[in-house]
Amino acid sequence: MKKTSFLKDKHVKRLVIIMVLWAVFMAITRFSKFYTVINFQTMFAQFPEFGLMSLGVMVCMITSGIDLSVVGVANTTAIASALLMRSIGGDTGTMAVFWIPILFLFAILIGTVAGALNGFLITTFDIPPILVTLGMGELFTGIGIVLTNGAAISDFPKDYAYVVNSRFAGIPVQFIIFALVAIVLAIILTKTTYGKKIMMIGTSQKAARFSGLKVNYLLIKTYIISGICAALGGMIMLANYNSARADYGTNYTLQSILIVVLGGVSPAGGRGKISGVILATILVRVLETGINRFPQISSYYISLIWGAVLLFVMVLDYFSENNIKLLKRK
Amino acid sequence: MNKRIKKILQQNEVYILIIIFALSLLIQFRSGQFYTPNNIVDILSAMVVPGMFAVGAFLVLLSGGIDVSFPALASLSAYAITKSLLDAEYSGNILVPILLAIVIGIILGSINGFFVGYLKLPALIVTLGTSSVFKGFMQGTLKSKQLAVIPSGMKKFGTSALATAENAKSGLTSVLPVAFLVLILVLIITFFVLRYTMFGRGIYAIGGNESAAYNAGFKVKRTKFLLYVFAGVIASVAGVIRVCMMQQAHPTNMLGMEMNIIAGVVLGGTSMVGGKGTLTGCMLGTLLIVLVENSLILIGVPVVWKKVFVGLLIVIGTAMSAYQVKRADKQRVKLTVDKEVA
Repeated sequence: MKKTSFLKDKHVKRLVIIMVLWAVFMAITRFSKFYTVINFQTMFAQFPEFGLMSLGVMVCMITSGIDLSVVGVANTTAIASALLMRSIGGDTGTMAVFWIPILFLFAILIGTVAGALNGFLITTFDIPPILVTLGMGELFTGIGIVLTNGAAISDFPKDYAYVVNSRFAGIPVQFIIFALVAIVLAIILTKTTYGKKIMMIGTSQKAARFSGLKVNYLLIKTYIISGICAALGGMIMLANYNSARADYGTNYTLQSILIVVLGGVSPAGGRGKISGVILATILVRVLETGINRFPQISSYYISLIWGAVLLFVMVLDYFSENNIKLLKRK
Repeated sequence: MNKRIKKILQQNEVYILIIIFALSLLIQFRSGQFYTPNNIVDILSAMVVPGMFAVGAFLVLLSGGIDVSFPALASLSAYAITKSLLDAEYSGNILVPILLAIVIGIILGSINGFFVGYLKLPALIVTLGTSSVFKGFMQGTLKSKQLAVIPSGMKKFGTSALATAENAKSGLTSVLPVAFLVLILVLIITFFVLRYTMFGRGIYAIGGNESAAYNAGFKVKRTKFLLYVFAGVIASVAGVIRVCMMQQAHPTNMLGMEMNIIAGVVLGGTSMVGGKGTLTGCMLGTLLIVLVENSLILIGVPVVWKKVFVGLLIVIGTAMSAYQVKRADKQRVKLTVDKEVA
């Protein structure tokens, strides 16, 4: 027990160190362009969209599963909500503010259905999660394409994007939504038995089953949580882009897995902390925004850097877990 | 006799074959265009690149791993080769590009192999990472753009015909490219490697039970390393062949193929946990995916529905084969229990 808690702390510590180093580096090289209130407000409005998806992938990965359908679910939710808004308010019309909470409930409903389907297929048929969620992601993207004919939808009432894009005491609403979800999830994972149970499933599904856990029910619940997170991420994408389309954010699948692994969740399951994932989310955004402040670096390098960081972190884990000390070899 | 029929019916390949046959009849009824020489040839030539990718993905799945980096690997290698040969004003035949593809495939594949084999890191995460690195290297460092011209030797290879088929009714002709032979060659080599070499048997053994394979004397780390190198070589060659067949190098249009290919392999009965699967099944599953992707338009399904159908196929198909595995396992348990009781 002691060893695992130590490891978790180390992940968080490492992220904090990288973040501080990067902050210092940015302060030295691009202080006036990076450290502005508006820059931070933009960053905190942007990261919730993939941050929410990462939280969903995190709970699945703790059970040693994975959710590749998050982007498909997010886009379909955004499209369905856009269509719903259009039927409420007309092409350019307006929409009363009370509809916005209803829209979010609608999104949560879609996420629940998607997650329940994923969970049902995984538990009843014993199909590997990676295949189910891949197929469901493809299916949802397909439904999104059918609903929109492959084009972007942007002719819906602007009130929704206006409300979500506004700031509450200087804090972007997107971030507030993210923070609320994160707090609820943190409570679920640490203060209820559910959190402990899914860790057990991740460590050994067989052992969990034999010790009397309702594994199927818990797994379905896990994928529902992931579906809801993805759907809310889709709602934020809808607000940020002010339009919806079936192929927005296709690289978020890789990015959310990167964030979750970076945040110290073991891909084999059984270990993970929400604080690490949140830190990793912010780190990824800060890194990308920072790199964008250097116009001479092509934005295409970002995927190279992400991939390299992911591999580097995994290798670091390998060396630290096997107690191999690179510097002290005597 | 009864036993033999039962055994045949338990094989996943049979079901896939029945589904393919039913689908082809449906297409034939709706459009009358399936069993025409040119459509068959079109499907065969559409199989070349996905088929080669599928062999690589199949081998990795057999060992209990997964490789999602092959489209990025193929794109990087194909782009780098085409670009450098264009810059060198190369005008020779196809041999040099293929040799280069093999070399680059070995290098890039050994990156995957090192992380997965020697460092024992989870294959999905490693290949996601290397896929991102390959893509970033191609788009950032090599500044890839679409190349509308390719070296003459590659162009000639891509257009030279093994056979031509003409549709008597519509007058359309289709060409089966010589590249089809490469797919056949890859299949033959893989067949022999899997059946007659220690390396091939090692892949099955590792996929079945890694520690048992180790105890039986297989060099697990080295086998895994070589496996990813082999898969890298196949993917890299496939990338170059795709460029030859398309007559242009489009750096990004192979990306995103990985999941459909893997789904095809799994549809063909290859187990995701490793150790189980046949080359025939792998090819049939890929054929089914290629059919659905290419022929839906012939039954009058609008293009926008394509992804829905592919998604449904993946979910239903894998559910069916997973369900069968589950049933077979239960039967086996029952049989052994019965024996023990007796």
